[in-house]
Amino acid sequence: MTPSFISLALVFALGAVGVAMLLCAWRLVRGPTLPDRVLALDTLYVNVVAFVVLLGIQQGTGLYFEAALLIALLGFVSTVALGRYLQRGDVIE
Amino acid sequence: MNHLEQLPAAWQAVIIVMLLVGGVFALVGGIGLVRFRDFYMRLHAPTKATTLGVGGVLLASMAASAAQGTWSVAELLITLFIFVTAPVSANLLAQAALHRREPSVAPPPPEQPLR
Repeated sequence: MTPSFISLALVFALGAVGVAMLLCAWRLVRGPTLPDRVLALDTLYVNVVAFVVLLGIQQGTGLYFEAALLIALLGFVSTVALGRYLQRGDVIE
Repeated sequence: MNHLEQLPAAWQAVIIVMLLVGGVFALVGGIGLVRFRDFYMRLHAPTKATTLGVGGVLLASMAASAAQGTWSVAELLITLFIFVTAPVSANLLAQAALHRREPSVAPPPPEQPLR
């Protein structure tokens, strides 16, 4: 039996987000400046949210959304903390 | 994924379009993050990944759960949260890069006469 269009689209989206995560990781390792690395980490968090939501669609369960929300929250907080550290030299004055 | 193949064809088309849009824009954001030349250009690329990429995937998820009869609000929460927080973090990173005087490949602005 041939796979249906919707499962092919799901596999395509999972692959595209996975490749985007790999590119972000490359920039995170390579990045010449520190803000580049923080930006790559922020983008990596956003892509992980998309990946987790795609897994939730694929398995038909709503359990993944709490995980995605938590990852989004932690990503924002960590990006703000790192950006503040780059700007001021410490996180909490 | 049997539960998705049993949905009506119109819902399946909506979900497929949203998935393709989300995947393509996430990929474009990643490629831009790698290919652009300095930090201020790279700051531009992931905004596409955050708005249209994650937005498309979350809309596909909302359509999938709506087609199965249960409207869920969690996806909308994630979308709102990411849309609110992405400009804040981008602004903070731009401020940090300017503060650290990161190099830019943009030419300096032309001299303006004093008025």
